[in-house]
Amino acid sequence: MKVIKIEKKDWAGGIGKIQDGYRLFGPVRGENFHDFKALEKGESPDLNFQNTRLSPKSVVYPQTEVLFEYSLDEKEVDHHVMKDAVKDYSPKAVLGIRPCDAAAFLLVKRNFDAPDYKDPYWLKSYDATTFIGAACNNPCSTCFCTTAGSGPFCEEGLDILLVDATDCYYAKAITAKGENLLKNAGWNTEADGGAAEKIETLKKEAEAKISSSVASNQLKSKSTNELYEASFWEDVSFACINCGTCTYLCPTCWCFDIQDENSGSSGIRMRNWDSCMFPLFTIHGTGHNPRGTKLHRVRQRFMHKLKYYVDKYDNGIQCVGCGRCVRACPVNIDIRRVCDMMNSYDSKACACSEK
Amino acid sequence: MLGYIDKIKEISKRLLDEGKVDMIIGFKKGTMPMMNEPCFVKTPDEASKLVWDSNCGINLANYLTDRKEKIGVIAKGCDSRNIVTHIIENKIKRENLVIIGVPCKGMIDRRKISAMFDAEVRQVSEEGDAIIVKGNGFEEKLKKSDLLQDNCSTCIHRNPALYDELAAPLVEEQKDIDKYADVRKIETMQPSEKWDYFDNLLSGCLRCYACRNACPLCYCPTCFVDEANPQWVGKSQDETDIRTFHFLRAYHCAGRCTDCGACERACPVGINVRAFTKKLEKDCFEMFGWEAGISIEKRPPLDTFKPDDPGKFIK
Repeated sequence: MKVIKIEKKDWAGGIGKIQDGYRLFGPVRGENFHDFKALEKGESPDLNFQNTRLSPKSVVYPQTEVLFEYSLDEKEVDHHVMKDAVKDYSPKAVLGIRPCDAAAFLLVKRNFDAPDYKDPYWLKSYDATTFIGAACNNPCSTCFCTTAGSGPFCEEGLDILLVDATDCYYAKAITAKGENLLKNAGWNTEADGGAAEKIETLKKEAEAKISSSVASNQLKSKSTNELYEASFWEDVSFACINCGTCTYLCPTCWCFDIQDENSGSSGIRMRNWDSCMFPLFTIHGTGHNPRGTKLHRVRQRFMHKLKYYVDKYDNGIQCVGCGRCVRACPVNIDIRRVCDMMNSYDSKACACSEK
Repeated sequence: MLGYIDKIKEISKRLLDEGKVDMIIGFKKGTMPMMNEPCFVKTPDEASKLVWDSNCGINLANYLTDRKEKIGVIAKGCDSRNIVTHIIENKIKRENLVIIGVPCKGMIDRRKISAMFDAEVRQVSEEGDAIIVKGNGFEEKLKKSDLLQDNCSTCIHRNPALYDELAAPLVEEQKDIDKYADVRKIETMQPSEKWDYFDNLLSGCLRCYACRNACPLCYCPTCFVDEANPQWVGKSQDETDIRTFHFLRAYHCAGRCTDCGACERACPVGINVRAFTKKLEKDCFEMFGWEAGISIEKRPPLDTFKPDDPGKFIK
C-alpha cells in the first residue's frame, strides 16, 4: 500500500474535512492523563502521549450500552416487548490509537465474531470504525508488545499507520477503509521513495526501546490441570484486592453483564462491563460461588488470558502487552511475572524443591 | 525509613523461628518504581524478601480480615489504627496478632511524582529525606516532605497506636497541622459549587471498586452495591448510581475511617475519594472528640449512646 506524506500544517485541516463524515475519537489530555474522547468540532487529538490510562475499547464497546427498550404500560399494545434501542452505526474514526490497542480489537473479535455466535452490537460498531494508528516512537518501560504478538509499529487491526517523522507525518494506508479516509481528508501527496526506509528505521529504533518482555512459548504444551493446581497461585493472588482495575483498563477483556432497569412504566435492557475479579461474576442463584476466593478469581484471569485462550484459538496469548494492568494495579500484581511463572512451570521440579 | 528494614527482618525471622506466628504480613519489592507488593512470609529464610521504604502505602490491616492464623503484621500508624478498628469490630482476634509497629515518616505519592515530569519516571530511590527520581535523560533529587501523599502530609498519628514490637524508636508527631483545611473549603461552597465539585470529582469513576476493596473497613460479605434482592443501586455508568455508591460507602466509614489514604492511592483514575470520608472524619472529631483506632478500650461513637452526645433530636 502507498505511503502518503502529511505536512504537520495540513494535519488539523484534514481532520476538519473528515469531521462531518465521521464521528471522531482521539486521545485528549485530562487533568492528569490522556484518554480517548469524542473530539469536538475543530478539535485535534493530542498525540503528545505515551498511552492513555484506559484502553480505547469503549469507542467500540461502551462500558454501559443499552440494547433494548420496553414499555411496562399494559394499556399499550406492545407492552413487555423488547424493541431494539436506537443506535448510531454511522462511520467513526479513532485518530491516534496505539498499534497494541488496535491489535487488541482483533483478539476481542475472536470472541464476538465466532462461527456460532455473532455479537451484532460489537460487530456493527467495529465495522463502522476506521482505525488510524499512531506508531509508538517512545514506548513505556512497561510495554512488552513485541513479545505479546504486537509491536510499536504493528499494522494488525489498523486501517492507517501514522508515523511521526518529526517534520512531517507519514500515513501508510493498510486497508481500503484507510485509503478512503485519507482521500476524504485531502491527504493525497504520495511520499517519495525514502519514506518507506525512514519508517523502517523508526520502527527498528522503537522496537529496540522495548525493554520489557514475556515468554509464552511453552504455555500451549503445559498441562492445564497442572497449571491450575500450581503452588504459586497463593503467592500471586495474596496481594490482590479483587478490584476491577486490570480488567476495566485492559483492551482485551470483553466480559459483560446484562441488566434490566425499570423506571416508572418503561425500562431498558443494557449490558455493562463485568469483571472476573468480582465475586458477583460467578455467584449462583443458590448462593454457591464456584470461584469463591480471590485465589480462584486471580487464577481465572491469568489462566484465561495465558492458557485457555492460547489453547482455544491457537493464536497467541490474550494480551497485547500494553502494560496498563501493570501500571495501574493498586498492589503491583504484574502479568509479566505471572506469564513467565506459568511458562516455565514444572510441577515436578516444584514438588521436589518444596521437599 | 530505609534503616527500619533490618530490624523488621530480624523481628520477623525471630517470630517465625520461635513459632510465635504462622506468617508475617508485610511488603516485598515491587516490579514498578514507587510500588511494593503486599506479601506473606511463612519461613524464617523468606523473611529476607521483606522491604520497607516510602512506597508501603497499602494498608495491611486489609489483609487480616477474618484470618484465623497467628499473624505477625507490619504496621505503620494508620495500619495500626485500622488493626485496632478490626479488633473492636471482631474482624481479627488481638491474641492472634503480633503487631510489628513501624513509626512512619509518610509515604510518597507516586502520581504526584509522575505528574512532575514530562518523561516517564523509570527509577525512584531514597536517601534519608531525599527522593531521587530518574528517567531517560534526567535525574532529580527532591525533598521527600514535598512529595508525601496528601493524607500523610496532615497525619498526626505517625506512630503505631498499638504494637507488640517496634522496628525503630518512635518519631515525633507533626504539630500545628491544619488537618481539615480542604474540608472547610468545600463546606464553605455554595450548593451549586458543591454540586459541580462532586460532579467533577466523580466524573472519571469506572466503578472498579478499587477504593472500596483497598479499604480495610469495607469487609461486608456482600456490599450494598452488589445486592441483587433488593437491588439498591443500578449497575450502569448512571451518575446517580455512581454518586450513591460513593456517598453511602463514605457513610459506612463514618467514625471508623483513619484517613489512611488507601482508597485514593488505589483509584486507577486518581479520584480523591477522601473528599467524602474526611468530612465525616472531621464531623466525628468535632462532635464526639473521636479519632478512630486509637484505643481498643473505647467503643466508636456511632455504636454507643452517651447522655452528653450532641444532637438534641436523640435526647
